[in-house]
Amino acid sequence: MRTTLIVARRELAAYFATPVAYVFIVIFLVMLGALTFAVGNFFDRGQADLAPFFTFLPWLYLLLIPAITMRLWAEERRAGTIELLLTLPVTMWQAVLGKFLAAWAFAAIALALTFPMVITVNVLGTPDNGVILAGYAGALLIAACYLAIGAALSATTKNQVIAFVLATAACFVFTVFGSPVVAGFLADAVPADVLEAARRISLIGRYESVTRGVIAVRDLVFFATFIGFWLYANAVIVDLRKAG
Amino acid sequence: MTAMIEAEGLEKRFGPVVAVDDVSLTVARGEVLGFLGPNGAGKSTTMKMIAGYLTPTRGTARLCGHDVLDDPIAVKRRLGYLPEGAPTYPDMTVTAFLDWVAAVRGFRGSDRRSRVERAIGLTSLHDVLYYPIEALSKGFKRRVGLAQALLHDPEVLILDEPTDGLDPNQKHEVRKLITAMAPEKAIIISTHILEEVEAICTRAVVIARGRVVADATPAELAKRSRWHNAVTVVVGADQGEIAAVALRKLEMLGTVEVDARGADGLIALSALARDGAPVEGPVRTALASVGIAPREIFIERGRLDEVFRDLTRREAA
Repeated sequence: MRTTLIVARRELAAYFATPVAYVFIVIFLVMLGALTFAVGNFFDRGQADLAPFFTFLPWLYLLLIPAITMRLWAEERRAGTIELLLTLPVTMWQAVLGKFLAAWAFAAIALALTFPMVITVNVLGTPDNGVILAGYAGALLIAACYLAIGAALSATTKNQVIAFVLATAACFVFTVFGSPVVAGFLADAVPADVLEAARRISLIGRYESVTRGVIAVRDLVFFATFIGFWLYANAVIVDLRKAG
Repeated sequence: MTAMIEAEGLEKRFGPVVAVDDVSLTVARGEVLGFLGPNGAGKSTTMKMIAGYLTPTRGTARLCGHDVLDDPIAVKRRLGYLPEGAPTYPDMTVTAFLDWVAAVRGFRGSDRRSRVERAIGLTSLHDVLYYPIEALSKGFKRRVGLAQALLHDPEVLILDEPTDGLDPNQKHEVRKLITAMAPEKAIIISTHILEEVEAICTRAVVIARGRVVADATPAELAKRSRWHNAVTVVVGADQGEIAAVALRKLEMLGTVEVDARGADGLIALSALARDGAPVEGPVRTALASVGIAPREIFIERGRLDEVFRDLTRREAA
């Protein structure tokens, strides 16, 4: 565990070594604010909650989370430092988990900086802060899912741009499967069983129930399994692609 | 002599390509093994397998008795490894990087500080401690890589081209460092600088097309050269012809090569010994008999570059 944290600490520091991290956070906050207030009609709704905020969050994550993960393995492979990392006394699991935790911590920092929203809504009305807390938990969970996908796909290439595109595409697939629009569109072409299976592995439905404050054990198990699967895939991909 | 590094029948295939084919070698404490071969011969791939980075298709390697496939972490704890190109994290400063490596290697507190300081001292990095590594020259980057490999004072060192990109002074420093550490450790260095092999290696393994084509001391390798025991004499300009005729009469000599030497009009004659037998005595006698006293005379040990070409080309043919 100690080694994992040492790997994670370096990785997290690397985010802040360049201005990219700050630019990322600013874009994240501005976009989220714009979506919530302008598109989400935060004021006109006249309700003391953060529903519009949490509705837009996964779609914004779709573009921004791959930007966090694209560097993780692609850059190590491009610079050859992966050989250094994996010949230090670090197991594959410690390396995979360390990088994932660093990316998650970074996403959590960006998310934590949305706290003015919570203050605003508390000043304007009396929201159910338990639901808001659940919303943040859901946001962290879906961020972790996207991060796990992005980290694994980052190991497939030496090119960060390709890593970004692959991760966005994959996250998109796992997000839209659950949306009624896509389901309706595919209903004629695809057997109902397949659609049902697709809906079950989709993230957005489970995310929405968590953000509504309904935290079911089977959803938590699903998120944990989903993240675990992608972290495992990450280790396998790194191992397979080491030679190239 | 206990073998600290043992590679057994290492083989690595990349699809249909056999990059390393049945390479076995052992290195004992106190030995510096020079790993030679043309580019693409499989040197780096072999080292990557021994270091536990690449998984061999067949065969295995043991370091200090620990199998790299069964217990990679035990192997990596005992190994100092400088990968090809000396990769380091470019955005970190030299101290931050070395401190991080020390932390990963499990050193804490004052022990960590003293280890980092020692590594910095060994590789003379004092002047660049707070620069980001990406801002450093190639020579400094290589030394940071070297410092990282030496940090934990490992029993086994595997260095992939440790002097590549260094200037002659730095090369000398690194060679001195390796020689100084050699008695306590088992070291493998890969290089294609042959003088380096003669200077610091106790043994040389030549590899071509993934196979070991020679495993001998540098002196033994030099003996395989047709230049082994060749005698070169330098005589005055007017004596060149006479000396050449006298030497060509000698049965035990192969060819005699004549070279004009620069502006001072001296002539150098190189007499190659047949079968590498010592010929200095007969050459002196033959020259004395025609009344020539050579201005200089020296005996070659053999030319490694030529042996290297022979070994690696024969395999290619």
